[in-house]
Amino acid sequence: MSLHATKHRRWSKFLSAAFATVCLLALLSCLAALVLLLWQVLSHGIDWLSWDFIRDLPSRFPAKAGIRTALAGSLWLMGLTTIISVPIGMGAAIYLEEYAANNRMRTIVQTNIANLAGVPSIVYGILGLGLFVRFMALERSILAGALTLSLVVLPIIILASQEALRAVPPSIRHASFALGATKWQTIWHQVLPASLPGMMTGIILAMSRALGEAAPLLAIGAVAYVPFVPSSLSDEFTALPIQIFNWSARPQEDFHSVAAAGIIVLLLVLICLNAVAVFVRYRTSKQIRW
Amino acid sequence: MSEGRPDILSSNQSLLSGATTSPVRKIGEGLIQFALFLCAAVSVLTTIGIVAVLLIEALQFFRDVSPWDFIFGTKWSPLLKPQHFGILPLLCGTCLVAAGAAVVAIPIGLCTAIYLSEYAPKWVRETVKPLLEILAGIPSVVYGYLAIVFVSPIIRSMFESANVFNAASASIVVGIMILPMIVSLSEEVLRAVPRSLREASYALGATKLDVTLKVVVPAAFSGILASFLLAISRAVGETMAVTLAAGATPKLTLNPLESIQTMTAYIVQVSQGDTPAGTVEYRTIFAVGLTLFFTTMLMNILAQWVLRRTREKYE
Repeated sequence: MSLHATKHRRWSKFLSAAFATVCLLALLSCLAALVLLLWQVLSHGIDWLSWDFIRDLPSRFPAKAGIRTALAGSLWLMGLTTIISVPIGMGAAIYLEEYAANNRMRTIVQTNIANLAGVPSIVYGILGLGLFVRFMALERSILAGALTLSLVVLPIIILASQEALRAVPPSIRHASFALGATKWQTIWHQVLPASLPGMMTGIILAMSRALGEAAPLLAIGAVAYVPFVPSSLSDEFTALPIQIFNWSARPQEDFHSVAAAGIIVLLLVLICLNAVAVFVRYRTSKQIRW
Repeated sequence: MSEGRPDILSSNQSLLSGATTSPVRKIGEGLIQFALFLCAAVSVLTTIGIVAVLLIEALQFFRDVSPWDFIFGTKWSPLLKPQHFGILPLLCGTCLVAAGAAVVAIPIGLCTAIYLSEYAPKWVRETVKPLLEILAGIPSVVYGYLAIVFVSPIIRSMFESANVFNAASASIVVGIMILPMIVSLSEEVLRAVPRSLREASYALGATKLDVTLKVVVPAAFSGILASFLLAISRAVGETMAVTLAAGATPKLTLNPLESIQTMTAYIVQVSQGDTPAGTVEYRTIFAVGLTLFFTTMLMNILAQWVLRRTREKYE
């Protein structure tokens, strides 16, 4: 081997190592962004977090401002959205996986769902404004908000449920058919119970999306200042992300800290939801072995 | 059911059950199937609803404003007199933020994906991926807060000419927001490249760098491209962070330090105000929404088309 070739070899080895380092740095910067974000929020908001903050109504004064109505609104929205979107989403997934013939029609519906998942959420807000708020005259009610959010999360639920259904091996269905069960009996008694944990993960993901989503609610005209807790479907509402948006947009420093405290509450609820998802996934990975 | 075999089996089954089950049960089965069909139809109706609502109101809008002025006008001020309805400033703002986000996210995202797929030991991959999922799960309003409280002050201390609200701070946080998407999609396609390709080039004496950059990345290139497209489409549709951080002054500029307005931020601005329904100001949000919808739709379809082309390659 000539001297030149050895040198070249050493150089390319150095380059290779340098590239690995650059890639590692990129990875570390992703993690740094996460740490920075959480640290920023925690360091600004933790002092403002108290029981009064959770119990108080919104206020013009940062020290008195609370998230009672926003938190209640968010929980209402999340509950309603789940009630509306989960049955429809699961039904659609069951139809597409178990019933629909494998033809053009199915391909079109499937492509359509994939595209809907990529539509910006504010566009759903415009749909909600045109359809629910104006056309169906629901005004800025909590029902209009929940219906809009349901449309936002529907593609997520359908896609996750389809995946869960596909993970159930055909042999389970064949065995059920062989015992004389009808199609629906097979789905209800065999396929659904087996795929439920997988669906749950998707549903929880969808719920966390609904909880953090503010853009479609702003588009249908939700406002931050609502001085009462909603008690019926036709009430006006506000939600946590909207309240946080409103506080962040104000020029006063103190309101930024209040926003940070609101973010902590929002993230805590999200973490709880995701912990449930992780728990469900963990339990099923232990239980089911096909 | 998608495969051929189960279909045959299930049709056999319905023949058998036809002989044994009662007509009531048969009707019940039919009703259930119909109800499930309706559920699936909701997703199609959603698309139709979006297009219909946007088109109906936008067509009304184009009765008052000529499409030519809308597409090629260089001034956007529908809420102030004299009114101008040229969407170019909003498009420019959207592109500026999306391009900035891409500049932040693409190099970091691709390098992270390469590291995770080619270099990282299993435990690193299994720790980092859930952490990135957390980053992806954080609501966008939180990123907006971060832009205002943290990123914007830093930019202002670095560049004196920077506005309080500027495109750069929005770009950076939107870039962080789309990072996880690029990482997870790219990593998936990189890992899908067959091992034999890597082994063949090692056998020819290539270093790891050669293998990665000259074999694996080119082989996965269309998948990586698709991930970029999807991420940029997400950046175009991103609302909360840009509304908070980028400002509310539609401007035809490429200077990231200036305050601008994106299409999404404009929609929020109008719906937060007291614009009465039925006026031309109110209808602008549908025209802008239509533009936004088609822009993102086009990018998503393009990404899916690119992705479908790779899938066939190694099968």
